[in-house]
Amino acid sequence: MEGMAGQKSSLVWAVNIAAFLLVLLWTIPTLGLLVSSFRDRDQILTSGWWQSFSAQEATGFVRTGTGDDAVQEDGQYVIEGTVLEEGQSLIGWGIRAREPAAFQPGETTEIEDGWQLTVAEDGSYRLTSDTPFEMRRGERIFVTTGAPARLTTENYNRVLTAEGLGRAFMNTMTVTIPATVIPILIAAFAAYALAWMEFPGRALLTAAVVGLLVVPLQVALIPLLRLHNELGIGKGYLGIWLAHTGFGLPLAIYLLRNYMVGLPREVIESARVDGATEFQIFRKIILPLSFPALASFAIFQFLWVWNDLLVATVFLGNTREQLVMTGVLRELMGSKGGEWEILATSAFISIAVPLIVFFAMQKYLVRGLLAGSVKGG
Amino acid sequence: MELFWLAIGTIVVGVFGCVAWFWGSNMILDRVYPPRGPNAGDNIRKANQIRPWLFLGPAILFLGVYLVYPIFDSLWRSMHNARGSEFVGLSNYAWHMGDGKFRESMRNNMLWLLVVPALSTLFGLIAAQLTDRLKWGNIGKSLIFMPMAISFVGAGVIWKFIYEYRAPGEEQIGLLNAIVQALGGDPQLWLTLIPWNNFFLMIVLVWIQTGFAMVILSAALRGIPEETIEAAILDGASPWQVFFKIKVPQIMGTIAVVWTTITIVVLKVFDIVFVMTNGQWGTQVLANLMYDWMFRGTPDYGRGSAIAIILMLLVTPIMIWNIVNARREVR
Repeated sequence: MEGMAGQKSSLVWAVNIAAFLLVLLWTIPTLGLLVSSFRDRDQILTSGWWQSFSAQEATGFVRTGTGDDAVQEDGQYVIEGTVLEEGQSLIGWGIRAREPAAFQPGETTEIEDGWQLTVAEDGSYRLTSDTPFEMRRGERIFVTTGAPARLTTENYNRVLTAEGLGRAFMNTMTVTIPATVIPILIAAFAAYALAWMEFPGRALLTAAVVGLLVVPLQVALIPLLRLHNELGIGKGYLGIWLAHTGFGLPLAIYLLRNYMVGLPREVIESARVDGATEFQIFRKIILPLSFPALASFAIFQFLWVWNDLLVATVFLGNTREQLVMTGVLRELMGSKGGEWEILATSAFISIAVPLIVFFAMQKYLVRGLLAGSVKGG
Repeated sequence: MELFWLAIGTIVVGVFGCVAWFWGSNMILDRVYPPRGPNAGDNIRKANQIRPWLFLGPAILFLGVYLVYPIFDSLWRSMHNARGSEFVGLSNYAWHMGDGKFRESMRNNMLWLLVVPALSTLFGLIAAQLTDRLKWGNIGKSLIFMPMAISFVGAGVIWKFIYEYRAPGEEQIGLLNAIVQALGGDPQLWLTLIPWNNFFLMIVLVWIQTGFAMVILSAALRGIPEETIEAAILDGASPWQVFFKIKVPQIMGTIAVVWTTITIVVLKVFDIVFVMTNGQWGTQVLANLMYDWMFRGTPDYGRGSAIAIILMLLVTPIMIWNIVNARREVR
């Protein structure tokens, strides 16, 4: 493809466009949620989020005042008022429901027997007649209005205070942080033993860790729930921390062991020769050198625990005070399926933290994935 | 605030506890078998036999209690009745085989297994190849990778919004129906559209997993020796031929790894179905069915455990394959 200049540039174009479309396709769903979370209820329910940056066109009608509101001016009877609400602009108006935009702003039309109606661009109307008005209800003016694109942070206020998501946010934090920190420590020591200590059964244990990587969580739910009940842990934070620690350990040990095996042998050997104890070697050499692998696992575990619904539902209670954010979301989807502004905003709050972590520490995440999957590939 | 201190307290206690265990047990070991004095050599040897188990102790305890014991306990429970009081042999399994919901779940899980790993890997491969040489490729990759950080539940909300339905002729607020209507079609209730609703659920997982596949495959593509590609180009191979006949065969091993990893995710898929359809309209899957037996109405731990064990059996071939591969690498 290098030799054929014309063909090459068209190929480059095709690649650029195809890649762009793919990226767009993958980004749009999240973008829709983000935009929707800044729109109010009416906007979400009446138009698609992709229209929120263009002016919103709407039609409706307004009744003029009645004869009682008329004032006399130069021998004419006049009723004045406005057809617009705050922030709207007038696109067109009419006097029949079928033609809500029959007239341009500023035009004048005759309704019946000498009644003249003018609607100005600023929305003020003026209905005049040579004789007194005798009507019990006002005339209808049909209007086509445009409202400028409007985004609001109102949803966020409401969700964080009234809907209890603030509480759920704290719950999620409370579950996630210990459940991320504790397995790292336990795994680091185990990984060091598996990587650098000689003892019988080492290969078997390593294989067991690889095997346990894929055990479906479902297998553990019923036995552990019963075990926790029998031990008196019951449902609560302690139980969920222990559970997440247990479930996260295989990956932690696996990732860390693979990384530690690759550390230079000479450094460790020479420290041993110099009389350092294993504990000192671990703390002063292995741990600092393994930082990238520790970071990788920390991100995995953080994302996994934060995003988890199943373990939280089973090991934590399901009352309003105990729900984590995924639990709240799930409840909202069931009970308030139509309240998209609440749902979209809550969902965005719950995915905001993982997204920040993701973009900030992507390097370590990628490194961890590669260490786990393409060894030697 | 109370909660905050509880969390901080736990971290401190947990971390302190771990450090105390590792540091304390090592210190005691060094006291009992001091690595100096007349018996230094003998002591060091003895200490080195014990020390690995001190390092491994907590991990083995956790793995044992939280992963190994449950496998056997589930197996035991799956052969007992609802409350675990009576041995019933394989009758829970037999009952499931005749159950319509279980068959539906098995069928759907198989569909997921066919579709999701295939599409995720395919899109991942395309994305990896397309973004590889572009100036803005890394940004593009980040964006395709991003759904990986989003919870299945969050993704469920995102996609439910896309599938949202309004009666024909009305303003559509769901993207998919808006497109369908703009093209002159009738809007559909996608999530109740049997049997296609299964595919609309699968799309959510494909959307999440493609980034994973892309990252791994992209690294593999870069690892391909340049000479092989150059040689092919010199021989007059077209870009398509280079991709399919030179590059893809060389990364087959990695494709297999990606495929199996996604397969495991798919087997356990729960959240997406749970929050989007809850297994109604013919979309039930094994993990959600098990949840039903565990928590809906009167729990039946026997039948629930039987489904868990079936999931375990489905994962086992991949587990063995992984172990064999890992052992080969260790040597």
